[in-house]
Amino acid sequence: MRRRYFKQSLFFALVTLSAGLLLFSLGGLLVYIFLNGFRAVTWDFLTLPPMDSMTKGGILPAILGTLYLTLGAVAVALPLGIVSAIYLTEYARQGKIVRVIRIGVNCLAGVPSVVFGLFGLGFFVVFLGFGSCILSGALTLGILILPTIIGATEEALKAVPQTFREASLALGVSKWLTIWKVVLPSALPGILTGSILGIGRAAGETAPIMFTAAAFYTAKLPGSIFDEVMALPYHIYVLATAGTFIDQTRPLQYGTVLVLVGLVLGIDLFAIVIRSVVRKKKRW
Amino acid sequence: MEKDSIIETNRVHFYYGKFRALTDISMRFQKHRITALIGPSGCGKSTLLRLLNRMNDLIPEARVEGEVVFEDRDIYGPDVDPVEIRKKIGMVFQKPNPFPKSIFNNITFGPKLSGVAAKADLRNLVEESLRQAVLWDEVKDILDRSAMALSGGQQQRLCIARALAMKPDVLLMDEPTSALDPISTAKIEELVEELKKKYTIIIVTHNMQQAARISDMTGFFYLGRLVEYELTEKIFTNPSVKQTEDYITGRFG
Repeated sequence: MRRRYFKQSLFFALVTLSAGLLLFSLGGLLVYIFLNGFRAVTWDFLTLPPMDSMTKGGILPAILGTLYLTLGAVAVALPLGIVSAIYLTEYARQGKIVRVIRIGVNCLAGVPSVVFGLFGLGFFVVFLGFGSCILSGALTLGILILPTIIGATEEALKAVPQTFREASLALGVSKWLTIWKVVLPSALPGILTGSILGIGRAAGETAPIMFTAAAFYTAKLPGSIFDEVMALPYHIYVLATAGTFIDQTRPLQYGTVLVLVGLVLGIDLFAIVIRSVVRKKKRW
Repeated sequence: MEKDSIIETNRVHFYYGKFRALTDISMRFQKHRITALIGPSGCGKSTLLRLLNRMNDLIPEARVEGEVVFEDRDIYGPDVDPVEIRKKIGMVFQKPNPFPKSIFNNITFGPKLSGVAAKADLRNLVEESLRQAVLWDEVKDILDRSAMALSGGQQQRLCIARALAMKPDVLLMDEPTSALDPISTAKIEELVEELKKKYTIIIVTHNMQQAARISDMTGFFYLGRLVEYELTEKIFTNPSVKQTEDYITGRFG
């Protein structure tokens, strides 16, 4: 009896400890970045291009570049991913082929991001001749987050009660309209969760855009989807490794990191708010 | 086909994969009558019901042999669109399943998608359907409130109203009261008896008193076969098959 009690407290302690460690490392990371970076983040920092070999000035082109790339990636991946997931869960006959496609999607999710970068370079930049630009980068990032969105959408679709589908079909509503009017609206919160994860990933990746979209330095703000852009993750990489005056750029580096983290958290927060609003409207 | 029958099954066999769930069912369902399908769990009565408006199409590996004749054609024929069939043969399920929408939008969901667009028409349709389902007086002031906020019995009557809004010829009911309390059950039974003036009703029920109370004809199923199909009065007072008698007197099932 006493032994069992001891065992239970031991496991409880272990579980609490790991949860605590997780929170501690996340918190530590954020605090560290904030303390090192907040002095660099001024209004000028957010609104000016880099100057004097990147030792002064701001990161406006990189912020805009990352925004464009992320939005582009989502614009590519969201429709494609949702349609694919609808096919896989609602239409395709559950058999060998669907299983192979699913394995394929899961493998795609595990491919290192630099491989996506090289694929984007070979296919979009060179073969299709887009050059290094927003379009190539957004397409590459789009493919990168596609598996996340397909997976989340599939889960969300499966979670919609079968009785909703039956109710609609029994009213003489076609399968397509049933999916469009009943299933998709109910699955929307789950689909949004998937996109949140996708957005976060797309905004933070460096390797896929390094060969396909990102410029080392350009003070010009992008005017079309065929322009090269600066991007926050790549800018951080550049500041940390390739600058001539690493010591002088260090505060800027932390500032950039802080902005990137803030941007990703901001986008996530926005999506979470939308999701909870949608969820409140669709209770069952 | 006799004049007064509306659906007829001819030598229907039904399979879930290799398992044969229904064997050789030939039955005529009569217009403006209530037909009850009874029998122990797994006897195939719900399977037969879902076969009549092709809801079994949703199950992979399901297969039908024989024919189901409605309006002079086999609804499993190659040129038949199941969507059209389901517009004419409505269904109410075991568990109330309103959409997570307003009461108004639950009723107009089907009609809107099949082309009723005018606001006034939709309004009239909502009132008419809710009145037929004896729900109007309870919900007429809260039509834009979520259907999920209604009680179970109200939800089920809403589902009946939703089915009626499509103006079907036949209403299939799959144990419509098994999830409800006795008072709601009584209300629905009353409603069903009223509805048979305009519709043909086929109801699956576990509750033998219910079958005896409301139906005109009763079919008793056992192990996928139709054991006896007779006037309800005859089945419950003087069944001709021993199995039927054993079941309705509660010796098994």
